[in-house]
Amino acid sequence: MSEQITGARALVMALERVGVDVMFGIPGGAILPAYDPIFDSSIRHILVRHEQGAGHAATGYAQVTGRVGVCIATSGPGATNLVTALADAQMDSVPIVAITGQVSSGAIGTDAFQEADIRGITMPITKHNFLITNADDIPHAIAAAFHIAETGRPGAVLVDISKDALQNMTTFHWPTELALPGYNPVLHADEESLRAAATLISQAKSPVLYVGGGIIKANAAEELMELALLTGAPVVTTLMARGAFPDSHPQHLGMPGMHGTVAAVTALQKADLLITLGARFDDRVTGKVSSFAPNAKVIHADIDPAEIGKIRRADVALVGDLKSTIQALLPILKERFAEVPPELTAWWEQCHEWLTKFPLGYDEPEDGSLSPQYVIERIGKIAGSDAIYVAGVGQHQMWASQFVSYENPRTWLNSGGLGTMGYAVPAAMGAKVGLPDSTVWAIDGDGCFQMTNQELVTCALNNIPVKIAIINNESLGMVRQWQTLFYNSRFSNTDLHSHRIPDFLKLAEAMGCVGLRCESKEDVDRIINEAMAINDRPVVVDFNVHRDAMVWPMEAAGASNDDIVVAKSMAPIWDSQEL
Amino acid sequence: MATHTLSVLVENSPGVLARIAALFSRRGYNIESLAVGPTQEIHISRMTIVINVEGHALEQVIAQTNKLINVLSIVELDPIASVQRELLLVKVATSPETRSQVLETVQLFRAKVVDVAQDAVTIEATGNTEKIQALLRVLEPYGIQELVQSGLVAMERGLKPGNGKGDYSSEVHSEITSLTSA
Repeated sequence: MSEQITGARALVMALERVGVDVMFGIPGGAILPAYDPIFDSSIRHILVRHEQGAGHAATGYAQVTGRVGVCIATSGPGATNLVTALADAQMDSVPIVAITGQVSSGAIGTDAFQEADIRGITMPITKHNFLITNADDIPHAIAAAFHIAETGRPGAVLVDISKDALQNMTTFHWPTELALPGYNPVLHADEESLRAAATLISQAKSPVLYVGGGIIKANAAEELMELALLTGAPVVTTLMARGAFPDSHPQHLGMPGMHGTVAAVTALQKADLLITLGARFDDRVTGKVSSFAPNAKVIHADIDPAEIGKIRRADVALVGDLKSTIQALLPILKERFAEVPPELTAWWEQCHEWLTKFPLGYDEPEDGSLSPQYVIERIGKIAGSDAIYVAGVGQHQMWASQFVSYENPRTWLNSGGLGTMGYAVPAAMGAKVGLPDSTVWAIDGDGCFQMTNQELVTCALNNIPVKIAIINNESLGMVRQWQTLFYNSRFSNTDLHSHRIPDFLKLAEAMGCVGLRCESKEDVDRIINEAMAINDRPVVVDFNVHRDAMVWPMEAAGASNDDIVVAKSMAPIWDSQEL
Repeated sequence: MATHTLSVLVENSPGVLARIAALFSRRGYNIESLAVGPTQEIHISRMTIVINVEGHALEQVIAQTNKLINVLSIVELDPIASVQRELLLVKVATSPETRSQVLETVQLFRAKVVDVAQDAVTIEATGNTEKIQALLRVLEPYGIQELVQSGLVAMERGLKPGNGKGDYSSEVHSEITSLTSA
């Protein structure tokens, strides 16, 4: 291959070579040379309306397909608009690659038009990034970027390419080996630690499988199921792991953490062993770390060695790919259990008591208005467990995680780590592009929706028929809930008035979508079914719900006050500062 | 809090110092001293970083630093099993009465006078942190006019034949060899 081509052409050839089939982006001055060969490429380019949308779309695509999502933007504001999406993907270990144009290499550092040091800006929020100023270096950078994004602990990688590197002539050389001497993810846990883990598991009287998003990233749901069945231990799935283990399974206690189920939270608190699989002891799960699971020994399995002992000391560390770690652990455990089978009857009696005494539930509003939890529950029931659910951030996100039943990995998408309001619409777009035959429901808040709804235009024009449920409580609901609880119901700046303005129906229609509205319980099923039947356009359903509904993990219908007190006393302690 | 000396081999690529500095800054690790310089291989630089952290946090510092793609290796150097040096240049005020005393101090500390003026001498000294501090304490009464210090640089003692853990020098040596042959 000695044909002379532009750096831009080399870029597109490299993207084709790594198997990119779609990318989300917006052209502009510095990236313009790349858009000419994109015009002829087999890669589908989806022209978004804001670069943040491109970033979240890449994330949504990556989360449902398990492949690297790609977004592309120009220099300066184009690149800085990607920042939130990059930080979001990095926090949730989602493999995405962002390509950005940069001003010509001679102009770098001169405060040129649309110049921003995006490599410097994104250093702390990417797994790695590159600044390429030589056309010859483009193929290697792309190969390396994809390798880094999708191997080890996945993450966000940015490749910033100067305009002259895109314009200059080069020859295309695809690297046979990557020059990444400092990057060697540990893939297999060591034998000694696996044996130590098996010993702890076989000795445990009250173990819990504490399952995080890593199980989904590692495609290890089947292995997890085998491990769960073998050990007979209760399973809790964190917000990032919903769907990693079927909600319908009798060993599933639900989600732990701030808005987790009483059973999941309490089981962790009372456990003598946490079998931690791809979870990171996030503050939303642990509460005050010193009082979290005080009697538990910890097995911590993660592909990222820096997670071991970051928050909680691990008694046994299993560093490696989770799929291979569990596969290696299973035969050792089987041997141990052949000698002494696990005996968890007493532990399960306790867990069952928490499950039956404190099921998830909610109160219907007394004034007959629509309950947000009911709406979300019905969407989950009607769309079923094969659909993909994408949430924004806030109350609706917690309800969507609580009241939709997840049976399969990669069916629940949300912004867990960064908590990015506005994530849902563009991420749902990316998910639908990745899996066009699946039903994709965004369960969004009226606050979130107003941050990124412009991407519905993109959906309408590109045949991406997503379904958006706006859980419209006219407020920044989660903030309002905390104002209710901790600021004496002084609702400073949380009233959005969004039953009046904007008119979501008209907005939806203006963007080429079908707009529906639902205000009463009787209409919920009919309108959801109506939305389900529309597959040629995006649908937006404005569910006008009661604004005072709160996220209550611990309130159970029919439980005595004593029981609630008991349950609360077993919950982790939260700092009052933590919102 | 205890002081630890970390020896870090990094790819000599643009931005690598910024990556390390930014990582330490955002994770709240306090750098006491930092020295960067080339190694015998042009593509590889060595950083010697002195930080002040507790034992548990040290593991985190090492693990997080190791995650940086441009970092090739990071080890903590045992102060007893390593040679640690810093460089000092100090300008001390002298008068005809004090000059000989200052020069005597220079000799006692095996330092060197590198510049002499009417009313000052400039002294160069190398040594471990304790020696440099001791020299400065003795010179202080004469009047220190200007002072510049390098960060600490350090290296493990001996070149042990290569197998087994803790064999840092040969490990790094073979690492550099393999990196450059690759």
